[in-house]
Amino acid sequence: MRFAKPLDRSRAPRPGASVLLACVLAGFTATGSPAAAQDAQALQLRALAATCANCHGTDGRAVGEGMPRLAGADAAYLAAQMRALRDGKRPATVMHQLAKGYSDAQIDALAGYFAARK
Amino acid sequence: MQRRQLIRAAAAGGVLAALGGCASRGGVPARAQVVVVGGGYGGATAAKYVRLLSEQRIDVLLVEPSEAFVSCPISNLVLGGTRTLADLTTSYDALTHQHGVQRVQDRVASIDAAQRRVTLAGGATVGYDKLILSPGVDLDFDAVQGLRAAHEAGTILQAWKAGPETLALRRQLEAMPDGGVYAITVPEQPYRCPPGPYERASVIAAYFKRAKPRSKVLILDANPDVTSKGALFKKAWSELYAGMVEYRPQHKVVAVDAAARSVKFEVQEDVRADVLNVLPPMRAGQIALQSGLANSNARWCNVHWQSFESTAARHIHVVGDSIQLAAGMPKSGHMANSHAKVAAAAVVAELLGLELNPRPMLNNTCYSFVGDDSVIHVASVHEYVAAEKTFKPVAGSGGVSAERSALEARYALSWARNIWSDTLG
Repeated sequence: MRFAKPLDRSRAPRPGASVLLACVLAGFTATGSPAAAQDAQALQLRALAATCANCHGTDGRAVGEGMPRLAGADAAYLAAQMRALRDGKRPATVMHQLAKGYSDAQIDALAGYFAARK
Repeated sequence: MQRRQLIRAAAAGGVLAALGGCASRGGVPARAQVVVVGGGYGGATAAKYVRLLSEQRIDVLLVEPSEAFVSCPISNLVLGGTRTLADLTTSYDALTHQHGVQRVQDRVASIDAAQRRVTLAGGATVGYDKLILSPGVDLDFDAVQGLRAAHEAGTILQAWKAGPETLALRRQLEAMPDGGVYAITVPEQPYRCPPGPYERASVIAAYFKRAKPRSKVLILDANPDVTSKGALFKKAWSELYAGMVEYRPQHKVVAVDAAARSVKFEVQEDVRADVLNVLPPMRAGQIALQSGLANSNARWCNVHWQSFESTAARHIHVVGDSIQLAAGMPKSGHMANSHAKVAAAAVVAELLGLELNPRPMLNNTCYSFVGDDSVIHVASVHEYVAAEKTFKPVAGSGGVSAERSALEARYALSWARNIWSDTLG
């Protein structure tokens, strides 16, 4: 249990704690490597997708009936809907205003992300 | 013992008990520890998303004194009589059981930024690699003469933090005779939930229209005009509550007289009301002030926007209503949830040695009830602009409702269910 111990930094000083931890944590590699760049991109995409989650549920898994579920939807469909909302071709109360905040590249990335959720 | 069982055991046995024992770290690889202070929209979201975004590689302890989360958004409907406090209440159990967030029901008494540790009110000391602070706002009762005593006596309420006081204000409204006056005072900006006072006035007017139609709602605003969705609120007041709702700008409260049930203003004449709802000026939560983090006018916390790290202390990230906001950002629950995700991603990136997101995004959607089944919204999208080191609204995005509607009332309730799920589920 990590929080079980009282802190004792005198015995275990942690200069550059984040770098040290990065080496210890399995599955992640040091800054600058190609693998780290991939991990950083994956994290950034998850964070971008999280901007939809406030209304559409974490990872697009909406609860209740009122909000469309994004998880598992077809990527081309999602991207086309976002563009139609953004361009005023699909009427909306609020989504047309939000869709205008996202670029084409972001829309495509989001559509791919949500399509890959289950 | 499996990790999940460990977490459950800790939750069941109380994290505090665990905090005192077991000091061995021999052979166990170092895991990063994040402590989150405050379990509101900002803190609960941060705790969950550090776990999610790190794929459970980072341990999270959430320090929050309340037993359960009670939402401020939707709480005006309790005053209007169409929802109960139970409808706004969500357990913290899913954070613990589904996401492995450890939780301690306590307050943070002090922060030692140099040693990177917090001391809890209960006495335990906990170390952190990163601290995420989401203390919300404190109401500055002493800024209004007589208000602290009137509030402690239960005579003049705020009910700006949803909970028992929401029910107490509802009881005052129920007890008020038909023909009475309810008055709400609005502090100068910035304060938590800009449209909140106007929504409250609207749903209380809806209640009066149903139950005591000779009564009146007075909005006494320190600001020069309605601070959010002004045209839509004013239209609703004139069309739905003609002769019942009165809006008076430029009314800055300086004192209250609980016995006379009256309010004194800086300039304007005194106002008497049967139910007085005085919202004093607000500032960052006490723990931020006492820790030297409220470095904007000794009132709000300045942050580096790319990561939400405090400009006053390394490794402390501040999110939600307690920060000095960037242009176009309201102090809202949705915005706090959005801040928390950017901060969580930055904390995860730093602890895992990954590059910080060069262009984080966030958004806000804020629904306001103007009647029992009639709602308006304001929405915005914000992006981090590296050249200016701040968030700015994305040009062309955002806006308000074209008109109030029952459709948006359904969306508002659906928004609430989904953000509660995203924050706590």
